[in-house]
Amino acid sequence: MTLNKTVLTGLLLCLSLISFAQKDIPPQPDKQKAVYDSADMLSNEEESALRQKLETYADTTSTQIVIVTLKSLEGEYIATFATEWAEEWGIGQDNKDNGAIIMVSQDDRKITIQNGYGLEEYLTDYNSKTIIDQIIQPAFKKGNFYEGLDKATSAIFQLLAGQFDAEALNQKSDKKNNILGYVIPILVIIFFIILVVKRRRGGGNGSGGMRRGRPDLFDILILSSLGGSHHSGGFGGSSSGGSFGGGGGFSGGFGGGSFGGGGAVGGW
Amino acid sequence: MRKHLKWIIPVGIIVILGIILYNMTAGFNNKAVTLEENAQTAWSNVESSYQRRNDLIGNLVKTVQGAADFERKTLTEVIEARSKATSVNVDASNLNPESIKAFGQAQGGVSSALSRLLVSVERYPDIKANQNFLNLQAQLEGTENRINVARNRYNEAVGDFNILIRKFPNNLFAGMFGFQPLTRYEADAGAENTPDVEFEF
Repeated sequence: MTLNKTVLTGLLLCLSLISFAQKDIPPQPDKQKAVYDSADMLSNEEESALRQKLETYADTTSTQIVIVTLKSLEGEYIATFATEWAEEWGIGQDNKDNGAIIMVSQDDRKITIQNGYGLEEYLTDYNSKTIIDQIIQPAFKKGNFYEGLDKATSAIFQLLAGQFDAEALNQKSDKKNNILGYVIPILVIIFFIILVVKRRRGGGNGSGGMRRGRPDLFDILILSSLGGSHHSGGFGGSSSGGSFGGGGGFSGGFGGGSFGGGGAVGGW
Repeated sequence: MRKHLKWIIPVGIIVILGIILYNMTAGFNNKAVTLEENAQTAWSNVESSYQRRNDLIGNLVKTVQGAADFERKTLTEVIEARSKATSVNVDASNLNPESIKAFGQAQGGVSSALSRLLVSVERYPDIKANQNFLNLQAQLEGTENRINVARNRYNEAVGDFNILIRKFPNNLFAGMFGFQPLTRYEADAGAENTPDVEFEF
């Protein structure tokens, strides 16, 4: 009897886990850019063209629009999932909530545009719906993913035009942040160099002197901290140094904008 | 001197224990107050997104009524469900299971009446092509998502609060400070009798 009950509960638990199967939202990436094409629906040139367009727009208006393509939603409802995703990443500025996310799920053939609180007035549900139905859907049906996204983002720019331009004034404060962003990594590097020098000196006497066997944890830490930095240039360790060439991403990173679920959904 | 020492040690221990206990309970109390407040704010967002839907439904009814021969029955059902739902409110400072359930049932009634209305609109090409109707439809769909989001956030906030007050040793103090576990808001409780319609326009 009790055994049956446990089995039943276990079964129910499994079932409820299945029906609430949740696709995880990835953590906020280190490199915050405007296009995350994880379903690989865009060519490299198309992706960098869209990135350039959206990142430049973000730099002049502070409004961040991010495009995410997914292979599958794994049962999630695209509108809610996109809202939670954008909230988690904090797209848009903290005090203005001026972010938007365009999410495309390849296998589900679904599209959504979700806007932060600050854009609700301009990018209304109906406007988003119209953009999806009139612009994105026809292009996607023909397989022209880039064209659809390019025209859709242009339409969003037009809707927002004149509303957030005053924010260009805020660039001054952004610059300040940038300078700080350079100073801190440099200080960290100097700190590590000092540590290394001190350690080498100290380690010279005593236990054999040479410890060439293999790098220990400390060395790895130092190397990776140097390699991961944008300013490392000639230092070894950074195998993908070249990929930083294609634009700088959002200059201030995601600002912590908040999303309430406004937007629209469509398919193709 | 010795007598003094004998007297001072137990008192010292008691004082130290008292300070530790005070810090523990004060810390717990403050955290619980914050989390409870968060859940209450999240609840008011749930209510306001439902309110937004009810406002939209009011406009929808007006638009649809314009079509001369529209089925009265479907319309009346929506109007009734809506007015019933607007009368059921939950005080955010008193989130008890009964009132949350009643709220869910009332809103669930609106959901099912609304989806019946939207199904019958399918038979009226004039309404379907009406700009006003299309706009309302898009807003209603967006608002369903707002409701989803608000509900998820409320349930998360409730989860955070409940976990805090149920953990040992907090559970020993929770009753003392008058903290009760909050109730989650499950999907529309009255929506079980909804006709199986894909709520997607």
